[in-house]
Amino acid sequence: MTLTQDPEHAAPEQATRGQRRATRIAEAAGGGWGLVLLKIVLLGLILAFAVFAALVLIRTDQWVPAILVVAVALLAVWVYTGRGRLPAKYLMPGLVFLFVFQVFAALYTGYVAFTNYGTGHNADKDSAVNALMLSAQERVPDSAAYELTIVDQLGELSFLVTDPDGDVQLGGEERPLEDVSDAEMKNGKAVGLSGYTTLKFGDIVAQQAKIADMSVPISSDPNDGVLRTPDGSSAYAYTSKLVYDEAAGTMTDTRSGAVYSDIGTGAFTADDGTELKPGWQITVGFDNFTRAFTEESIRDPFLQVLVWTFVFAILSVLTCFALGLFLAIVFNDPRMKSKKYYRVLMILPYAFPGFLSALVWAGMMNQEFGFLNVVLFGGADIPWLTNEWLAKFSIILVNLWLGFPYMFLICTGALQSIPEDVQEAAKVDGASAWQVFRAIKLPLLLVAVAPLLISSFAFNFNNFSLIYMLTGGGPRDITAGVNVGATDILITMVYKVAFVGSTSDYGLASAFSIIIFILVATISVIAFRRTKALEDLN
Amino acid sequence: MSTTQTPAPSTSAIVTGTGTGTGIRGEGRAPRRPFRKYFRETGWRHLVGIVATVFALFPLLYVISASLNPGGTLLTANSLFGNFDIGSYVELFQNPSQPYGAWFMNTLVIGATTSVMTVLLGALAAYSFSRMRFAGRRFTLTALLVVQMFPQMLAMVAIFLIMVTISDIFPAIGLNTQIGLIMVYLGGALGANTYLMYGFFNTVPASIDEAAKIDGAGHARIFFTIILRLVAPILAVVGLLSFIGTSSEFILASVILVDPEKQTLAVGLYRFVSDEFSKNWSVFAAGAVLAAILPVALFLALQKYIVGGLTAGSVK
Repeated sequence: MTLTQDPEHAAPEQATRGQRRATRIAEAAGGGWGLVLLKIVLLGLILAFAVFAALVLIRTDQWVPAILVVAVALLAVWVYTGRGRLPAKYLMPGLVFLFVFQVFAALYTGYVAFTNYGTGHNADKDSAVNALMLSAQERVPDSAAYELTIVDQLGELSFLVTDPDGDVQLGGEERPLEDVSDAEMKNGKAVGLSGYTTLKFGDIVAQQAKIADMSVPISSDPNDGVLRTPDGSSAYAYTSKLVYDEAAGTMTDTRSGAVYSDIGTGAFTADDGTELKPGWQITVGFDNFTRAFTEESIRDPFLQVLVWTFVFAILSVLTCFALGLFLAIVFNDPRMKSKKYYRVLMILPYAFPGFLSALVWAGMMNQEFGFLNVVLFGGADIPWLTNEWLAKFSIILVNLWLGFPYMFLICTGALQSIPEDVQEAAKVDGASAWQVFRAIKLPLLLVAVAPLLISSFAFNFNNFSLIYMLTGGGPRDITAGVNVGATDILITMVYKVAFVGSTSDYGLASAFSIIIFILVATISVIAFRRTKALEDLN
Repeated sequence: MSTTQTPAPSTSAIVTGTGTGTGIRGEGRAPRRPFRKYFRETGWRHLVGIVATVFALFPLLYVISASLNPGGTLLTANSLFGNFDIGSYVELFQNPSQPYGAWFMNTLVIGATTSVMTVLLGALAAYSFSRMRFAGRRFTLTALLVVQMFPQMLAMVAIFLIMVTISDIFPAIGLNTQIGLIMVYLGGALGANTYLMYGFFNTVPASIDEAAKIDGAGHARIFFTIILRLVAPILAVVGLLSFIGTSSEFILASVILVDPEKQTLAVGLYRFVSDEFSKNWSVFAAGAVLAAILPVALFLALQKYIVGGLTAGSVK
């Protein structure tokens, strides 16, 4: 609209060439003052947020992320304030997200795959030492009670203790006790401190669980023990039955006398091989990968899952493509009426959210109550989802239901783009319908849809929701060392190893992710190469 | 529906019809009975169509019927349309342990925000690839394709651990927050979408930009007021695909959203079904029907564009 107005406005004023050029430059410089202002405000906000984030990060000693945040913010300011750098202005917003949540996530997956990260190994060595000492705490026998008042400052609870000698000290979670001199005393017990609110009985009851969990270090040496309170009014000294010798890097159990030492496996280990958990995170090189291929309890289920993943992905593509193509050919006849309606109805499974379809089918295939057994098969007792082979068949069947509309749509499109005259010529030469299809239509069609078949293969290779919602990977193989079932594919196996069940093995799960990536990437690259060759032929 | 228009051939015709299905030609060039000829040429096609339609529709009819069966279990759900009662739909919103209303809103908010932002980010990138020539353009385009080979789904462990770290420092955008999940989804905003849009942007003649530029419009104005309008169809397709994709995404949502109140339909309904599988089947069915209405309606409304997009992709 404004585009056509501008010359009109300029014309009656009979502006000089210089004036017109000036207007044009001014216009080109930006979309008016409003936009400039908006830009300044937005950039200001980004900078302010970056500075805030950097300060928070620095407080927790995370220097590298802090520097990165500031660097990205400065880059944004540089990109959006200068002239030129136009492509960067358009690319930057998307690229920032892409780098953090896709590129970095992919690289981080690679890193985790080389660690023993997971249940029992989820932090650094210092945290592991602390956690071990805490978990092994026992009350010092016959130790004196400390008078205790619990005080609060900005939501953070602290112990205000008066020891049997009458000395008053203050400390909190991970803040060792410190002497305080200006406490408010009552009957020889400290009951308040300026700057802190004393918790009333009701508050203590309300925060019971939190208070019972608190352990306040007596000094900065973990071997000195901690104070804990069972009731909120008196505290007792607890010491760990473990003693940590930092110089030697060993943990000693004072009760049994066993010595656990750091032998490089990410956990304190005794001579007889018993480990203290939690351990800590270390890089383990190719261990996770070698485990996947050599450790029997993992290898056998892994190989079984690997084979089924390929079978499932290939069969999915073939069945869906066959049915989709068949229907496309059937409906691709100019004499046939009401094709439109069929098409709309057949699109519906594709439009229906995939996870819901799988859940609905899971209900219909229920062995005792499902629609299939009770109604269609007249009360039969067919274990659709609980027998290993039938479950595999069911998955292929449901996936056919989900996937044939897509293939139908693309085959219809591809068929319509095949020139009619070639087919006519073949018919005149006496070719049968089957010959026309086999020798002309199919090759031309394959050239067009081959890339889509490859991406469909890649999609089904990772078709998580179908498997997870329909069978949950089951029926479960009880003998396997990993939580996998007969219909698990690699991606559901990754999910189960990392997030389902009581133990998580992030390292192993990431290693599986890397393996999946390598497989899919290799197959796709080879397949695309070959379809390129196919295209050249035609 | 359309099935009423089709003739009902006799059963014997079905056998012969499907048996010699592919042959349109044949020796019967002068048929004695017109019906035979009709059947051989198009009638059997309708028959195939009906079978395929029944296959495609019956799970959907089943779930609708099950949802209208109040208090129904899996077993009672088997009598198709034996009952018409919206009790299950009412019950859906009354169970505090299964906050369906919250799930629905969460899904809408997360899906809509993600799809709008995805369209915007993708369009910005596609515009620069389509209209500008800069150092590293080819490289960036190829890099986008390569990055897509490692989908976010595979990086679920890493994304979970990144979110855990973030929530230690900034709980507002970390684990168990919807903003966090949206940010994760936006990590995949470029990639395939950029390609789809890039192709479409290229079909808009550059002379339009040139004309606007000569008239004094800046690049931002050209992009927002001219180009975005001309490429509206592809924006709709990308937005819809992104909405449908995010609203049925399970892995990342289940890993990042912990509280039942914060979950999406995919996570919530899955937990609901797996907890008490056959007991509250009709309530689940009602939830499924409601959850599916919006995506299906959007899909049908935009199917022309989607089919176009799919086949355009297939020719490429």
